[in-house]
Amino acid sequence: MSSAVGTKAPSAELAAATGAGVRAVRRRRLLVLAARLAVAVVVVGGWQLVTTWGWLDPFFFGQPSGIARRLVDYFSQGDQATEFGSYWVQIETTLREAVFGFVAGAVTGIVFGVALGQNRFLADVFGPYIKVVNAIPRIVLGSIFVVAFGIGETPKVLLAAVLVFFVVFFNAFQGVREVDRNILANARVLGASPLQIVRHVVVPSALTWIIASLHTAFGFAIVGALVGEVLGAQSGLGLVIKTAQNSFDPNGVFATMFVIAIIALTAEWLLTKLERRLLSWRPPAPSEAAAI
Amino acid sequence: MAVRDEVATPPATGRTGRADARIEISGVTKRFLSPSGEAFTALRDVTFDVEPGQFCAVVGPTGCGKSTTLGLVSGLDRPSEGTVLVGGREVDGITDGISFMFQADALLPWKTVLGNVAMGPMFRGVGKKQAHASARDWLRRVGLAGFEDHHPHQLSGGMRKRVAMAAALINEPSILLMDEPFGALDVQTKAIMSNELIGLWEQLRPSVLFITHDLEEAVALADRVVVMTSGPGSVKAVYDIDLPRPRGSVQDIRFQPRFLELHHQIWTSLREEVERAYARTTGENS
Repeated sequence: MSSAVGTKAPSAELAAATGAGVRAVRRRRLLVLAARLAVAVVVVGGWQLVTTWGWLDPFFFGQPSGIARRLVDYFSQGDQATEFGSYWVQIETTLREAVFGFVAGAVTGIVFGVALGQNRFLADVFGPYIKVVNAIPRIVLGSIFVVAFGIGETPKVLLAAVLVFFVVFFNAFQGVREVDRNILANARVLGASPLQIVRHVVVPSALTWIIASLHTAFGFAIVGALVGEVLGAQSGLGLVIKTAQNSFDPNGVFATMFVIAIIALTAEWLLTKLERRLLSWRPPAPSEAAAI
Repeated sequence: MAVRDEVATPPATGRTGRADARIEISGVTKRFLSPSGEAFTALRDVTFDVEPGQFCAVVGPTGCGKSTTLGLVSGLDRPSEGTVLVGGREVDGITDGISFMFQADALLPWKTVLGNVAMGPMFRGVGKKQAHASARDWLRRVGLAGFEDHHPHQLSGGMRKRVAMAAALINEPSILLMDEPFGALDVQTKAIMSNELIGLWEQLRPSVLFITHDLEEAVALADRVVVMTSGPGSVKAVYDIDLPRPRGSVQDIRFQPRFLELHHQIWTSLREEVERAYARTTGENS
């Protein structure tokens, strides 16, 4: 503002500083990428070498090249890929179970979490029971579901749903409890009905918590589906793993693990997109700006 | 200041005749139960009135139950003894035609500025289109045209207060309850917001119950100042502020002899309470 001379020189200076800054940022990004690649090369390459030299027996510990070959087999042999049909069918089965379980568990978790979070009496009554149920290793319920519902897809969906339910429930419950009291009082004074308060205030406020829980919850849904399949199934990735285990094929186990990891990462990516969209009102977190 | 000067001096009795805007608090005692069931008295035998269209400030030391009083008038809470009448009717349930402004933001961070302001009419069943139209109009009146699609976190503290003011006034309340609304603002912003509040108040003339720690603010804005004693809170004295309206900007009125006289008089009364409350808190801590 002081003088024309005073404003011109700094702008050139600023441009130079920005140029240097952009270069520094780019250099750092390249360095991180290179280091990441190096880690992968060391781990996978080391594994390959150690098993080739015979320090570890590839019969028990698998071998990266063997895993890659097995993956190619799985996806190239069509209906002959596994004893139970094409590999794609296995993926589809597990994915369907996980997604149904995820949706069922998440919806019931949100409904119960919001209801109990809103109602102090219900929360006091059911609180200890829910803690008890949460303390039980729920994965064991899989055995009961298989006995009760046979080896179809139902017990897997149920197991996935149970695992998801508790994660989402606790977060929804906590989220509702954390609603700002001033905001609630303000909405009430403005004349909001209880239903309007839930819709405009409580649920959006708890959504931050709920969405954070969905990331972990989808992982649990996949675990539920897989464990259910290992316990007894007609198709699915869990069954592929179990069969590979029974025929002493560690490469088959690792290859399927790899596929599951890709599925989980894809789901994570989709959830992050959903999160960005639903929580677009949030100020960018300081860590987000620096991440990746 | 700008808002104030534009307003053609409204007839002082223009909208003050609304009998539903009278607040009568008589013999009110409020006790709270701690989670372990112990009783604790926040207010004891509080009695004072706010006339329709009057701007009434309540001052008192920390923890004297000022906020509790607002809760009772709004219907968010019930008195343990005594009665609170609004417009001649005893308060049960949320009082109609009331708006609240808090020190902390009560804006919904996930709604846009427009959505926040439109909430009041929408909660009362006004259609979305109409609610948005009147919200736009109110944002213009508080000087925030062009910020409709921003989210609250993108605004400065003063701008968020303007949004809160628009959201509180859009329903054209007959009573406006304010709980240290400008307490968190810096001194300059506070003065600007006070001027704008007075400008809008002169247009709509709701009865205002304004809680503050700041005696200067109270004297500059209010027609009546209620001084409360510290815990349990009760009314110590009520002062009518006879400074003529319109008063001009709150920064300037502070230099008028009558202002200083009133300020001094009320401060003498308030100081004892503040000192007593302070002695008590330090006594408890040692």
